[in-house]
Amino acid sequence: MATTLVDKHNLKQHQRRKGQDGPGMSKAEGWRRRGPLLPALIFTIVITQLPFLVTIWYSLRNWNLLRPDGNQFNGLQNYVDIFKDSTFRSSALNSIVITLGCVFFAMVLGIIFALLLDRKFRGQGIVRTMLITPFLIMPVAGATLWSISMLNPSFGLVNWVISLVGIPPVDWTSQHPIVSILMALVWQWTPFTMLLVLAGLQSQPKDVLEAAQIDGAGWTKTFFWVTLPQLRRYIELGVLLGTIYVVNTFDQIYLMTAGGPGTASANLPFYIYQRAFLGFDIGQAAAMGVVVVIATIIIATFALRLIFRSFDAKD
Amino acid sequence: MTTTIIPPAPAPLSAERKSREARRRFTGSSITTLTWLLAFVFFAPVIWLVMTAFKPESAAASNPPVFFFVPTFEQFEAVLANGAGAYFLNSLIATGLSTVLVIVLAVPASYALSIRPVKKTSDVLFFFISTKMLPVVAVIMPIYVIAGQIKVLDNIGTLVVLYTAMNLPIAVWMMRSFFQEVPAEVLEAASMDGAGLIKTLRTILIPMVTPGLAATALICVIFAWNEFFFALNLTAANAATVPVFLVSQMTSEGLFLAKLSAASVLASLPVVIAGWVAQKQLVRGLSMGAVK
Repeated sequence: MATTLVDKHNLKQHQRRKGQDGPGMSKAEGWRRRGPLLPALIFTIVITQLPFLVTIWYSLRNWNLLRPDGNQFNGLQNYVDIFKDSTFRSSALNSIVITLGCVFFAMVLGIIFALLLDRKFRGQGIVRTMLITPFLIMPVAGATLWSISMLNPSFGLVNWVISLVGIPPVDWTSQHPIVSILMALVWQWTPFTMLLVLAGLQSQPKDVLEAAQIDGAGWTKTFFWVTLPQLRRYIELGVLLGTIYVVNTFDQIYLMTAGGPGTASANLPFYIYQRAFLGFDIGQAAAMGVVVVIATIIIATFALRLIFRSFDAKD
Repeated sequence: MTTTIIPPAPAPLSAERKSREARRRFTGSSITTLTWLLAFVFFAPVIWLVMTAFKPESAAASNPPVFFFVPTFEQFEAVLANGAGAYFLNSLIATGLSTVLVIVLAVPASYALSIRPVKKTSDVLFFFISTKMLPVVAVIMPIYVIAGQIKVLDNIGTLVVLYTAMNLPIAVWMMRSFFQEVPAEVLEAASMDGAGLIKTLRTILIPMVTPGLAATALICVIFAWNEFFFALNLTAANAATVPVFLVSQMTSEGLFLAKLSAASVLASLPVVIAGWVAQKQLVRGLSMGAVK
């Protein structure tokens, strides 16, 4: 129940506050309340929404910086073109594969690490510190670390390790570009899911666990019938927020594979960047941006309301 | 009759208990060993990065890998001599100013979404969070073109504004979750004493949510310090930040791998240390205040 996170005291407080701003709130009072909100709200609208309106405008124009005669209104032609563009479709697919793959594996590893950390043992603090560090390493540094020090075909550490068990060297970033990107991403995001799941484990009421134990439930039974349902909301939150962060991945792709070989590992942010800053096709890049935003909004509105509702007793 | 039941002999019981105890302790210590082992494997790339940073260049990109060597500060000196200082200064300004600006905007806004809420609070909150889902790549072109027209390309101020917009939604959500923990009685007492908004904020609310402010600032610092996409596209010689410097040090052949590693260590160090120190606040920030 939501009350495990937002304690009852706060709930009551909320109801009381809600009562204050009933339908009878005067206009002056309404503006007095809105005042402190406005600077942040206006700033956010100006910096994030206005450029997007301009993007929509660009997307309706035939504007390629390499063709000086261009930049006329051409309706929805850009949208027709990008849906015919097979690279746009393959980049969309890569976006989905990379995002879901990263969130899934980071979540599985995160749950394992969190379960291991949720008990008293020697060096617990040090182990936790070690496990969160990959998240704190600058993503650009993490990406170069993986693409060069770890995965280089001739001197990378990973090839040396697999050579110990007799596996011949692999040219990771060219033969398995998406797997390589996923390695770096999962490594970076596992600490995030681990911290969320750990918070969920530590919020478990101890008496429920004890009761399960007394009832003779073994470790597996306790885990699947008591712990996992309790963790569900934390896992959902981790999946949602992880998706929001990971779907915009750019650094790792730019540095590890540059979307290659060819466009085999380009995701949508990288492909749009390529069309805009290397292909100078502003119109098409803008149209892709608009499509991505619409898709994101559709997917996210449902998920977001659903998940935050379970954490925020107010709604 | 129940009294005829012979109690189990004490000796075998204690032996059984002892063996169960021993088995439990054995399982416990093997789980601990497993935990350490997994943590070591997961952490190994970091160890390798730091080791490489202290290697002479000849030992860095070698096959088989070199594990024993005489550590040297040569690479760190080379990085600093290479003009890294200017990039660090740019990153420091962009991160510091944007974080201050975020806090200045987010504190009153989250007050208006929690303590004395506006109508449609949840709509406003979802508007803020939805801007986090807007892919930056969808707005980079207009930002680039407009910044070019008003002559603020390659300008730290541009990054400050963009990083503020990037972190503001997280900060609003987070600060709101801290404000909600302030007991209503305290605020009622303040308003009975006739304290206005500014006074209430300054004397009551801000001191009570200071730990929250620190946690919020930490998250903003992490994201701003590590930001690469805007810095790559909107800066050049003057305003380039640390991630851009790092990429400029990269050669795919591993020619200067030790130097690149030293630069990576220096670039990551501020955020790594801040994150280690403030581990407890990290999860709340990353979940935008939802998880306490």
